[in-house]
Amino acid sequence: MPTAERTVRIASSHGLHARPAKLFSQAAGASGAAVTVAKGDGAPVNAASILAVISQGIDHGDEVTVAVDGDNADTVLDQLVELLLTDHDE
Amino acid sequence: MQLQGIGIGQGIALGPVARMAGPLPEPVDRPSHLDAEREGERARASLSVVAEELNRRGAQAGGAAQDILEAQAMMAEDPTLTDDITTRLATGKTAERAVFEAFASFRDLLAGMGGYMGERAADLDDVAQRVIAHLLKVPAPGLPDPGHPYVLVARDLAPADTAMLDLDQVLALVTTDGGPTSHTAILARDKAIVAVVGAADAASLGDGDAVIVDAENGVVVAAPSEAELAEARARVEERKTRAAAPLTPGQLADGTLVPLLANLGSADGAPAALEAGAEGVGLFRTEFLFLDAQSAPTVRDQQAQYTRLLQAFSGKKVVVRVLDAGADKPLAFLNDADEENPALGLRGIRALRSNETILREQLTALAAADAATDADLWVMAPMVANAEEARYFTDLAHELGIRMAGVMVEVPSAALLADRVLAATGFASIGTNDLTQYTMAADRLLGSVSRFQSPWHPAVLSLVGSVGAAGRDLGKPVGICGEAAADPLLAVVLVGLGATTLSMSPSALADVRASLARFTLDDAHAIAEAALAADGAAEAQAAAKSVAAGLTAVVASAT
Repeated sequence: MPTAERTVRIASSHGLHARPAKLFSQAAGASGAAVTVAKGDGAPVNAASILAVISQGIDHGDEVTVAVDGDNADTVLDQLVELLLTDHDE
Repeated sequence: MQLQGIGIGQGIALGPVARMAGPLPEPVDRPSHLDAEREGERARASLSVVAEELNRRGAQAGGAAQDILEAQAMMAEDPTLTDDITTRLATGKTAERAVFEAFASFRDLLAGMGGYMGERAADLDDVAQRVIAHLLKVPAPGLPDPGHPYVLVARDLAPADTAMLDLDQVLALVTTDGGPTSHTAILARDKAIVAVVGAADAASLGDGDAVIVDAENGVVVAAPSEAELAEARARVEERKTRAAAPLTPGQLADGTLVPLLANLGSADGAPAALEAGAEGVGLFRTEFLFLDAQSAPTVRDQQAQYTRLLQAFSGKKVVVRVLDAGADKPLAFLNDADEENPALGLRGIRALRSNETILREQLTALAAADAATDADLWVMAPMVANAEEARYFTDLAHELGIRMAGVMVEVPSAALLADRVLAATGFASIGTNDLTQYTMAADRLLGSVSRFQSPWHPAVLSLVGSVGAAGRDLGKPVGICGEAAADPLLAVVLVGLGATTLSMSPSALADVRASLARFTLDDAHAIAEAALAADGAAEAQAAAKSVAAGLTAVVASAT
């Protein structure tokens, strides 16, 4: 199965909490692919789990690695990374 | 059927009941009678129903609330959480217990992260309670959301609940516990919500029952007849008309002026008070400046706040009460000793006198704010018990540049010897809530003794009369700044007993203004005499009503 992975910095000024975390987990769940997110060198967690995502305590400027496993992995990854690079708290 | 309680304000409302359920007990950790797979189905079904419900409410609410509710819905169906629940069910736990434990472990994780995450912990608790309630087939705790305007029936409301109330949806409040000074009562007065508190029999009301909430008469009418509904609707309309009446100064039918003032807890309330026709401020509570503070605010900070208040009431009278700490509102830097009986302890002027720097700084800030504005500033001390304390405060206030200093009369000793107390100071303002508590020896916050807490009691009225007589003899103003002044008929009685101004929640001004205009000063004396001669509070109220009805009948036939 094709896998795609990329490391980006969080753009939202309050980090990956609240609304940005909700949007990200929602998109990861809706993609149908297996998506993980890891903060820095930490262990990857299920990106479709909002509780797993927010309990990582990911702040503005933190580096996270998103990995997508499934059909259309590259397209899904592009969409998810786009969400992380947008400041939703503006 | 009429359910008796204590009415707050004069309003009346009708609508369907929605009950507030109390918090659920922690599910017992006992082995399940079902197998893990069956328990898993139960858990998944309830999680999914709660998620749907949260999404539905989110779509209805829109905006920022929608994001929060949708995030909560996602928490309910979170895969990590579901895995955690499945693991716990495999050890033979019930669905209720597994859901409770799984949510609690995430809750503790988030709470431990503090800050923003800590707030999400409360969201998670809310979801957990909803899921467990669904599993148990009981109503979810917290405020109901029936999707239409409703009469909220609760045991009592906590401050957190009152903050969440959607005032466009709540037609009236009914509580089974809680007295006239409970949080529910304070909120109801503040926001002008129709309320009946302490109606124990309201516990029998069910969701969807039609009721009439009649605050003026302190009753909730269950299963009302068509005639009762029609009368209630007419009274709702009548009150709307009265609220729209012109904002004239407070005045009796014979032209005697009785200035109507507002009770305020912060300068933020000024615009609403002026809009309701307040002729000034009769009680400005300064505790808000000090609450949550580890030390007293600086003179400069205080001066800025007082200046803001005085500017809003340019050219009008503003009576500020210096810090009233102790009893039900202790402050760390003033009341550090543990008191067995704080209502009778080091509170009010007693606490300030033992921390005189705080009092001096507050008076200095007030005098500076007064000098910088053109409101008519009066300053008074709380909980004064005798002439010696009145003299102490008045002298200190004058020394620090306050022109008009006075005392609150809340302690029966000060009312009994009002002639000597008033001789030592500029004015008196009667705090009827505390005066009633001390006269009747009934804790104002205790629902179990709420039947003693009526300011209509002739013993309380007699003390008010003593202060009124002393004021008249010495030519000194006597105001009322307790909630008693907000009761339209009792307001007339208080004027008859010698009150020269009345101060109340701004929401009560329209009703009191209309009531005063119906009676002359002689009428007020006659009504007060009837109340004073009664045996108890209920009898005094009935006697006043009967005399007042006779007097207005005469007025009506004369015109």
